Amino acid sequence: MEAKSIEDVRELATEDIMSPWKLAWRRLKKNKLAMLGLYILAIMVLLSVVGPLVSPYTMEQMDLSNIQSPPSLAHPMGTDEVGRDVMTRLFYAGRISLSVGLFAVVISVVIGSVLGGIAGYYGGFIDSLIMRIVDIFMSFPFLPLLITIAAVMSDWKVPPQYRMFVVMILIGILSWPGLARIVRGQILSLREQEFMQAAEALGIRDRRKIFRHLLPNTYASIIVSATLDLGSAILTESSLSFLGLGVTPPTPSWGQMVQVARDLYTLQMQPWLWIPPGICIFLTVMAINLFGDGLRDALDPRLKR
Amino acid sequence: MPGTITKRGEMMRQYITRRLIQMIPILIGISILLFFILQLAPGDIFSTMMNPHMTAEMKEELRHQLHLDQPAYIQYFYWVQGVLKGDFGDSFYFKQPVTRVINTYIWNSFLLSLVSFILSVIISIPIGVISATRQYSRFDYFFTVVALIGISIPSFYFGLLLIKWFSVDLKLFPVSGMMTPGVNFVGMEKAADILYHMALPCIVLTLSSVAGLMRYTRSSMLEVIRQDYIKTARAKGLRERVVIYKHALRNAMIPVITIFGMWLPGLFSGAIITESIFNWPGIGPIELLAVNNRDYPLLMGINLILALLTLLGNLIADITYALVDPRIRLK
Repeated sequence: MEAKSIEDVRELATEDIMSPWKLAWRRLKKNKLAMLGLYILAIMVLLSVVGPLVSPYTMEQMDLSNIQSPPSLAHPMGTDEVGRDVMTRLFYAGRISLSVGLFAVVISVVIGSVLGGIAGYYGGFIDSLIMRIVDIFMSFPFLPLLITIAAVMSDWKVPPQYRMFVVMILIGILSWPGLARIVRGQILSLREQEFMQAAEALGIRDRRKIFRHLLPNTYASIIVSATLDLGSAILTESSLSFLGLGVTPPTPSWGQMVQVARDLYTLQMQPWLWIPPGICIFLTVMAINLFGDGLRDALDPRLKR
Repeated sequence: MPGTITKRGEMMRQYITRRLIQMIPILIGISILLFFILQLAPGDIFSTMMNPHMTAEMKEELRHQLHLDQPAYIQYFYWVQGVLKGDFGDSFYFKQPVTRVINTYIWNSFLLSLVSFILSVIISIPIGVISATRQYSRFDYFFTVVALIGISIPSFYFGLLLIKWFSVDLKLFPVSGMMTPGVNFVGMEKAADILYHMALPCIVLTLSSVAGLMRYTRSSMLEVIRQDYIKTARAKGLRERVVIYKHALRNAMIPVITIFGMWLPGLFSGAIITESIFNWPGIGPIELLAVNNRDYPLLMGINLILALLTLLGNLIADITYALVDPRIRLK
């Protein structure tokens, strides 16, 4: 559009004023791979939410006259060792695996950004203390620590239906240090900027300065790192459940459903039991990685191609 | 100038000493964390043991011997005292000193990890470099997809797929283990047998590390290629090969070296699942065995060794970093 009058100019200007988030979304929409990731993810979420509602079977409905049957019209992914419909269980497992991943990330984001924000804002002793804790967490091999704690928790005799909450809290509590480091690094430079001098001059309370003025400026990095962490949280949950230390039966999870393949007979003869849940994990994590990479490119224009 | 070099060498020595001293509190923190996590488990080995020949008095006696009747922090000091003397206690499951159990299995893990580490370096660096020099080419896209698959596929699932295709269906590779049972190969035949068993677990471990390493090399190389000194090298009329492999690669390798150091210990703990899928007699299946049998002395021992390896890996990475990049200040 060519500007002719002052109105036109004003219109052009308002058209071009977009919030950084809108700009990022516009950039993201152009990224085909990222959108592909978003679509795959949406399909997985949709299947997990809607799937169990439209399925003619329930999660625990057994049919002992029809066990371990290969895929058929009645059971598109066959049945398991007690005649439960594998596809229905796959939908339910999706609910569990996705929500464990999501809440684990929420927990780690809350802990990571609060501790990172406090460390970065106050500096000095508090900073050293928090960062030493981060060092300890980060220099510990993640999987062995997770396995150890999961084993100890198994001894608490948590009822199987609550195991998924234990798993999400556990993964969340162990994965915040990376995020805390990122947030702290950004706050360190943000707090030296002029708007913080203004906040200082206004005499705003520390809590408000950290949570209203500093942390919102780090949202872009938090979102990118949380998205990519979601992929690893889902992978972690699946490995843990595969080892029998995560979500335990009768609650299904994708990783746990693959567990049956440790038996050589099932591995060879009943691929319908363990191939689909594995594909679900793979597709979901891949979609999250694609979307997360796209998000990073969109939110950080410096890295723009 | 020789003067500056010795000065740097002196600084380097101080730097390493300081870093080693800094490791001590972290190691203490890790050991406390580990010890008290295990304390959270209800009961002890004797309360779950079903041994009809063991009377309640005998159990009390053994508890007393193992200091299990003392408060947790006292037990911790007994344990630390032992560890400082190289005594990690006895494994409940193996009825052997923990150090001996670890020593039996850790070298198998080391062998597997080292081979797949070398393989992933050999594979990923050239691919990363070529991907960067031909950014957005078909080659670049192909390996971007490979890397994406590598980081997205769960290692246990990939391992199971390989077993199904190559061991069960095609019968090309053994299903599990490290040596053919019942046959006593010697010399080269033994080595060949081990390699044959190692192939599949090695592929699993290599894919996951190649994926990451390749991306790091690529992005680091992309960064370097845009620098002015690369333009200068080209302007001097140097051949493209020399520019890329001599001038650019050397500088691009600096950040990648840090990743190496972090990768080495990561290979050990990352191998836990892969090793147990393939029944590779390494530290992974032993860790799971210790977990499932609540063999706490063994579990503590393995976890502490893995933590120590991680710290050493980070240290080696930082030192190498300082050695290859004189711009790093050793403060």
